[in-house]
Order: sequence, then C-alpha cells, then structure tokens
Amino acid sequence: MRDMTGSITKKKKKKSSDTVIMDAIVYTLITIFCLFCLIPFMMLIATSFETEVNILREGYKLWPSKFTTEAYRTIFKTGQIFKAYGVTIFTSIAGTLLSMVVTVLLAYPLSLKKVKYRTQVTFFIYFTMLFNGGLVPTYLLISKYLNLRDNIWVLIIPILLNPWNMFMMKNFFRSIPEELSEAAYIDGANDLKILTKVILPVSVPGIATISLFYALGYWNQWYNAMLYIDDKSLYPLQYYIMNLTRSIDSIKEMARMTGQAFASLPSNSIRMATAVVTIGPVIFFYPFVQKYFTSGIMVGSIKG
Amino acid sequence: MDTGMIQEKMKNQRKGAPGIGKELIKNRLLYSMMLIGVLWTAVFAYIPMGGLIVAFKKFSYSDGILKSPWAGIDNFKFLFLNKDLFNITFNTVWLNVLFIVFSTSVSVLLALMFTEVKSKIYKKLTQSVAIIPYFISWAVVAMFLQGFLGDRGLINQFIRQLGGDSVAFYNTDTYWRFILVLLRIWQGAGFGTIIYIATITGFDAEVYEAAKIDGANRFQLISKLTLPMLKTTIIMLTLMSIGNIFRGDFGMIYALVGDNSMIYRTTDVIDTYVYRALRTNSNLGFSTAVSFYQSAVGFCIVLASNWLTRKVEPDSALF
Repeated sequence: MRDMTGSITKKKKKKSSDTVIMDAIVYTLITIFCLFCLIPFMMLIATSFETEVNILREGYKLWPSKFTTEAYRTIFKTGQIFKAYGVTIFTSIAGTLLSMVVTVLLAYPLSLKKVKYRTQVTFFIYFTMLFNGGLVPTYLLISKYLNLRDNIWVLIIPILLNPWNMFMMKNFFRSIPEELSEAAYIDGANDLKILTKVILPVSVPGIATISLFYALGYWNQWYNAMLYIDDKSLYPLQYYIMNLTRSIDSIKEMARMTGQAFASLPSNSIRMATAVVTIGPVIFFYPFVQKYFTSGIMVGSIKG
Repeated sequence: MDTGMIQEKMKNQRKGAPGIGKELIKNRLLYSMMLIGVLWTAVFAYIPMGGLIVAFKKFSYSDGILKSPWAGIDNFKFLFLNKDLFNITFNTVWLNVLFIVFSTSVSVLLALMFTEVKSKIYKKLTQSVAIIPYFISWAVVAMFLQGFLGDRGLINQFIRQLGGDSVAFYNTDTYWRFILVLLRIWQGAGFGTIIYIATITGFDAEVYEAAKIDGANRFQLISKLTLPMLKTTIIMLTLMSIGNIFRGDFGMIYALVGDNSMIYRTTDVIDTYVYRALRTNSNLGFSTAVSFYQSAVGFCIVLASNWLTRKVEPDSALF
C-alpha cells in the first residue's frame, strides 16, 4: 500500500530534494547494517580457508591471503563432526515432526468455539509461560526420576512442546474461515479427518513458519546436551562447537585421531571451518521457507 | 502448586459443572487430540513447579525430593545475605532493559527505512541478509566472537594498525555490556523488523495520499503519520518483553561468557548463576532458592506488565 504513495511521487516526474536526501540516507544505512550482519560470516569463511601459519602470524582474516582446504580435510578425516551432524539431523527431523504433531493436535481443538473447556486448557498451558520451576527441579526430574541421561531422546522430549509456538498455531487456525470445515461436517467427516483433509492443506504458511521455529530450536540447541549428555558420541553439533571453542582438549583429541602432531594441527582454522559446516544447512534452507515467513508470523501473532 | 492438586481441581471442575460428561463425550475426539500436549505440560512444566519445594529442603541426591529433610528458610537466608544477589539481579534486569531499548529502536528504524526502499530486488536482498543472523546459534556466535575480540582478532589488528595497544577484551568487564548489546542487535534487530514492516504495510494508503496532497514531504509522512500509528505496536511488544525482564538469556550469556569469571561483574545473570550453583555447589536447595526467587519476582512483573498493557491497550492484554 505504501508503494502507491511511491507511484504518486513518480507521477510528479520531478524529484524533490528531500526525496534525494532520503533515498541517499536510507540506502546507505541499510547497506551498512547489512555489512554489519555479513562481516562475521566473511570472517568465518575467510579464516577457515587460511593457512594456520598465516593466522598465527597475521591474525584472523576477512579475506584469505593463502587459500587452503586443510582445515576442512582435517575435520572430515576425524569424522567426529559426522557423528555430531547425525545426532543433530536426527533430533531436528524427529523432534520437529513430533513437536508439530503435538502442537497441531493441541492447537486445533483450542481454536474451535465448540470445544467448551478450551479456556481452561488454554489457561493450563498459558500459566506455564508465566511461572516455571526453573533449572534445578527440571534437572532432577529428567536425570534422577525419568533417567534420561545420555539418552538421545533427552534432546527432544524436554522441549517437545513450546507454548508460544502452540498459541501462534492456534491463532493461525482461528484465522481460517469456518465455512471451510462446515461443508465437510455436513458430509459426515469427523474432526480428525477435517483437520487433515481440510484445515492442514490451507495452513501451509503457518505450518511452515512454526516448523521452522521448532527445527531451528532443535538445530541450535546445546543447553540440554550440556546438562544431560556425557557420552561424546551423543553430542549435537552446537555442543560439539562449544567444546571446540572452549577447550584445547577437543583439538588434542582430533590430533590423536588423525595421527597428526598437536602443534601442526590447524586449530584456529578448524574452529572456523567447523562453524561454517554447522551453519551451512541453515543458510541453505532459509530461502525455501522465507516466503511463508511474514504471513505466518503476522497471522499467528494476532491475539485470539 | 502441586501437579496433583491442579489436576484434581480440574477434575472436580469437570465433575461439578453440568453437562461435563456430555461435552467430553460429544467432542471426545477433539479432547483426546489434546491429551499428549496436556500430559506433557503436566509432567514437564507442573511437576518442576512442585519441585520448587527443594528450596525449603536440605537436599541430598540419594534421598530425593520427598525424603530429604526440611531446612525451613535457611536456603533463603543464605540467599538474601549473599553479596552476589544484588549483582545478578541488577545484571539480569539492566541487560534486558538495554536489549529491549536498543533492539526495538534499531528494528523500528530499519523497518521505517525498508518501507522507503523502492527497488524490489534491493529490498528483498537486504531484508534476507538482515534476518539471517537470527538463525545462527549462540555457540557459533561465541566462536566467531573470538575472531573479533581475541588477541589475533580483527578488532585488535585494527587497534594495532592505528598504533594502539591490544585490548584484552576477555579480561576486561567494562566492555561487555556494550558487546552483548551489539551482538543482540546483530542477531535480533533484523528479525524484529518483520512485524513492524507488516504493520506499516497494513496502514491505510488513503491517509498518506491525503497528506501528500496537503504538501507533506517524506520526512513529515514518517514523523507525523507512520511513527504515531506504529506507537501502539511498539508499546505492545515492549510491554511483552518487560514481562520477561527477570529472565536472563541463558542461551546467549552462557555461550558467550561461559565460566570466564573475569567478566562476571557485568555479565553474570540469575540464570547463569543458578546453573553454576547447580554444577559446583552440592547444595541444590540453595540453587533452587535462587530459582524460586526468580520465578516469584518474575511472575509479579508479568502480572504488573499485563496490568499496564490493559490500561494502555485493552485489546492487547494477554489476560
């Protein structure tokens, strides 16, 4: 709609001076902000292709002066990253699917006026966003009473349902006109059938957005791994990265596995290369879901 | 407080109200759909709330929550006499205030600028770039931060080039509020524009045309029309963030600061403190007392911010 005001300006043919100044300011500031966003990525990529000698002598780079893929070869040779990748891919896919099932099954009935006790259930869920038991009781529940330590499901189950996402999904369902499902009711379809055959097909933007939020949560999590996982073969990517950032031990471990001398290992570029390998899929998938993003977020955040 | 009690109460409500069985039978498919979500919430949200009684116990891991001996309010006495309490409370609130103020300002400013861009390709490209950092985990941010702030990092290279001495950022607490705010803007400001841009696009075009005919220039359109109309959205989102002001961003702060005690003075928040207490201190009762204090005060703040919201904009109040 604001584009219309733009076309009116064009009709006048002559650009007033405030338009020129405004354009100059706007384009410059936006470009600066985008550079600010991109510089860390440039640094990660450049340093990951730089030789260790140059990093030690000259420091981190925005542009590699000598191009080498040694860091990447070392990462792939040790294979540790594949294990971490496997854990993360499994938890991201299984987790997102399960979370979506639970979320949709809870959100859909809550969006229907005919469900009489929806307010009570809504409050039951909503209250957990206002008040929570905090770290220690949750920790005791999961490690002592449910015995989920060093179990891959501990990376999924404790974050299975996100109330915030669930309410966004509910608001999205509410925005669907009731007439759509009425016809199906008359034909004798039950609620589950209506959900899968009528509601879900028209909810693609909402489903895509919420799935993306869940997937991102699973992909980027390290918190539960830090609390509940000791077994290194169950480390997800992000926790693997954190250990790589923090401790020299994980680099030593890599030296042992590749049979290289510790000192000759390109530890700085390995770190950056690992980060690049981690964020790769996120950047890759992002354009595919981006088109649903705005509509999904907007409809979902309208209060219902 | 206890899960059992809440479920019991809900059951009683169900039994008590007329026609409750009828309703459950009539919509049995819909109610059973909700069952997994409700059960999950009962176990993973309500049981830990009950677990807060650990704060009143002299907890031993082998005895468990119920069998550990009571400690009265000893854990709380210990907490309120603790000199760290003021610091972690202050840092939690102050960092959140800084995050809210700066992220919101940058987001609104960016959104205003994005809507002024006419080139569709440029707009799409820059918006995508501005949102990307939102998808990067703090673990990765912690890693690239070393490439900027470390001794061989880009910033120290730059300082040395200008003839200055390297700055030991990881040993100097004074820089860290600024660093955290900057990273928060990097990560979230672009994503934050989505909702503002969508709001601005929804404004009535006729109002703008009328103002144009009256001779308003673009600066005036923004300051006299767009900003005032955007005010409600800004206030709403800010009030919602204020509700969470007593919750530190553990994911961000622990990933970036970790166990670097040199910079705790400006960065340690309640959540990181609780985690360290859990890990290093055998007295779980004490760390639970800190959580209890956080949850209780946080709850009051949510209620207060909602009360304020209802005064400002009744439609947007959460309850």
